Amino acid sequence: MTEQVERDSIEFDVVIVGAGPSGLAAACRLMQQANAAEQELTVCVVEKGSEVGAHILSGAVFEPRALAELFPDWEERGAPLTTPATRDEVYLLKDAEKALTLPNALVPKSMHNTGGDMPRYVISAGNLCRWLAEQAEGLGVEIFPGFAAQEAIVEEGVVKGLLIGDMGVGADGEPKDSYMPGMELRARYTLFAEGARGHIGKRLIEAYDLAEGKDPQHYGIGLKELWDIPAEQHEPGLVLHGSGWPLDKNTHGGWFLYHADNQQVVVGLIMDLSYQNPWLSPFDEFQRMKHHPVLAKHLEGGKRVAYGARAIVKGGLNCLPKMTFPGGLLIGCDAGTLNFAKIKGLHTAMKSGLVAAEAVFEAIAGGDEGGQELTAFTEKWEASWAYAELKESASFGPAIHKYGTLGGGAYNFVNQLLGGKLPNVHDTTPDHAALKPAAEFEKIDYPKPDGKLSFDKLSSVFLSNTNHEEDQPCHLRLADPELPIRDNLPEYAEPASRYCPAGVYEVVEDDDGKPRFQINFQNCVHCKTCDIKDPAQNITWVAPEGGGGPNYPNM
Amino acid sequence: MKVLVAVKRVIDYNVKIRVKPDHSDVDLTNVKMAMNPFCEIAVEEAVRLKEKGVATEIVAVTIGPKAAQEQLRTALALGADRAIHVETDERVESLGAAKALAKLVEEEQPGLVILGKQAIDSDNNQTGQMLAALTGLPQGTFASAVNVEGDKVQVTREVDGGLQTVELTLPAIVTTDLRLNEPRYAKLPDIMKAKKKPLDVKSPADLGISVGSRVKLLKVEPPAERQGGVKVGSVDELVDKLKNEAKVL
Repeated sequence: MTEQVERDSIEFDVVIVGAGPSGLAAACRLMQQANAAEQELTVCVVEKGSEVGAHILSGAVFEPRALAELFPDWEERGAPLTTPATRDEVYLLKDAEKALTLPNALVPKSMHNTGGDMPRYVISAGNLCRWLAEQAEGLGVEIFPGFAAQEAIVEEGVVKGLLIGDMGVGADGEPKDSYMPGMELRARYTLFAEGARGHIGKRLIEAYDLAEGKDPQHYGIGLKELWDIPAEQHEPGLVLHGSGWPLDKNTHGGWFLYHADNQQVVVGLIMDLSYQNPWLSPFDEFQRMKHHPVLAKHLEGGKRVAYGARAIVKGGLNCLPKMTFPGGLLIGCDAGTLNFAKIKGLHTAMKSGLVAAEAVFEAIAGGDEGGQELTAFTEKWEASWAYAELKESASFGPAIHKYGTLGGGAYNFVNQLLGGKLPNVHDTTPDHAALKPAAEFEKIDYPKPDGKLSFDKLSSVFLSNTNHEEDQPCHLRLADPELPIRDNLPEYAEPASRYCPAGVYEVVEDDDGKPRFQINFQNCVHCKTCDIKDPAQNITWVAPEGGGGPNYPNM
Repeated sequence: MKVLVAVKRVIDYNVKIRVKPDHSDVDLTNVKMAMNPFCEIAVEEAVRLKEKGVATEIVAVTIGPKAAQEQLRTALALGADRAIHVETDERVESLGAAKALAKLVEEEQPGLVILGKQAIDSDNNQTGQMLAALTGLPQGTFASAVNVEGDKVQVTREVDGGLQTVELTLPAIVTTDLRLNEPRYAKLPDIMKAKKKPLDVKSPADLGISVGSRVKLLKVEPPAERQGGVKVGSVDELVDKLKNEAKVL
């Protein structure tokens, strides 16, 4: 159908996919340079969420280094950085009751959020993006929320822009009354800033072999909740991190609990997707984790107001693909610029956007008609502080995968004391291949939620304000529709129903008593975990109709 | 014929409503806002009338805070020609909105005014009717079909017993029901063009009216949380529970 449709086409100098920290930083920097040079430049940002920030989910403790480079006057401009981090606490949970407090001296220095030369802030990344979008529009950037980029336009090996997904296509694939064919947005340069496991980025990495010579990328799933808490429990700027229980020694991850402003606390769990036991459910681990006294004392008497989940890309430098290809760049978490040693990705993502904007503007200002591979980007990027950070912490994640949380932690502690001089550690098993057969483990019997601190999946998804137009094709594509029941069910007890944090996947019994794989795509919070963790790599996440997905408030 | 369309900025229908901790109002901080769905239907109907050659100009109007211009831009992207924003930070009730619209009807002299039958935030279902009373114009509410012929408009209304068709002499007021049409999506080039379409800003004072509230909001309470169900083992147990616990038998 798509082939016969006549599509409208608009041309821009630069098109950016995704109104997140890296995409918006790039957009702002491009216009700043153009305005300073009094040169006309057209920059367009498309965002699949219904508004900027709707799909943004992050911790977050924010290091404002890149922001200060972009807007030295961010304070006067009213950037939503209102709660400086005031106190760090780091815990190792021994079991459901006991915990060790780690003295600051034993915590890798990259994880310190107070002291040092730069204050860090407890922020909502969604609100940061909403604010960045206002700045960008003020500078002359065109931002289009509710428009989902469907694929890159590639002509003769060169990326020429992108195709917006059709709107108003029914579940049967036929156009409805409201049908509107997606447009072509053509550009001299296209920046892909979709976030972790971007569905176009993934295809570009394959098509241009960008990951050649790199370790397979590693991911985690981050689950997060926002709580209103009683005033007497609130200590704005308090930053807690921890690991250990409830995750077993072969399952890596850690939790966070930050006191933000407005009497709110954010709490979350990041669980590495390199876990082996298919019975594990990140959602249920998170729910039971909140009952630990160390966490519960902050949440008790409070009310949960928002829930969400998102995969994060955490492989670091060993896994960072080449970010350039003819006609475009891969930036931020779409490439994988997060610094896992700091548990922070916003600052490096923004920096990659700034560097990209500088390379693109330099080319365009120099009369470049587009379509080139911007090797100047790579030089600038490798000379940046963000790259230096990633280089220093390249072994952080792999060491934890290899030596466990304690052994890896010790490696990282020593390595940081030595300034990164220990030999580099690699983890070459892709996350999906780490899963072992269900028969090798005992089924995990998770405690029932109490409705006060812990909740079931569906009431959680309800708080993500997720919605998709129901009458549209399912955006979770199975390469082999029979595989989940034929292979995954007997081998891995079909793990999708457990790793999905939104109840999208279910194995239900048909009328004739046979198991059937059901996909409730309307629940999808766009976290991309299924695309990453399915052991057979049978699930492909593609963009649904623009505007669908979660509507996160200040997440 | 000129068509005046009223639109309202409301909390997005996908968003779960939260009450402020002090129960003073619904919490709108960082919440996604959107055009009221019934207003979208009103805009769509106006655009269809223009496509049929019945309407010549579409004027979109809203009454509300500065941010409500976002919804006017949406109306412009969908096909309105120009927009009027009556800017106020007060909590606008149906009567305030109707008074502002009545003044604009006087100024603009439209042949047809189309409004949503109600807004999904307060569900009042009053503004259209009040506007008809204030202007003395005929009204066709809860429209599921609108047909303009000469100086008359036939409005099919969804009433309890079925469908009722009324004929009004133009100029007239029409409020839209859910089944009138399925609104289109705004096209990206039209969203860009909408930024350049004219948008007038007026204050209630400019119109010589006040939109201040006449109703005092005392308290907002969320509905009681649902209690979990129980599985009963037998019919006898069910009857017993209905009789002695629920006391409904």
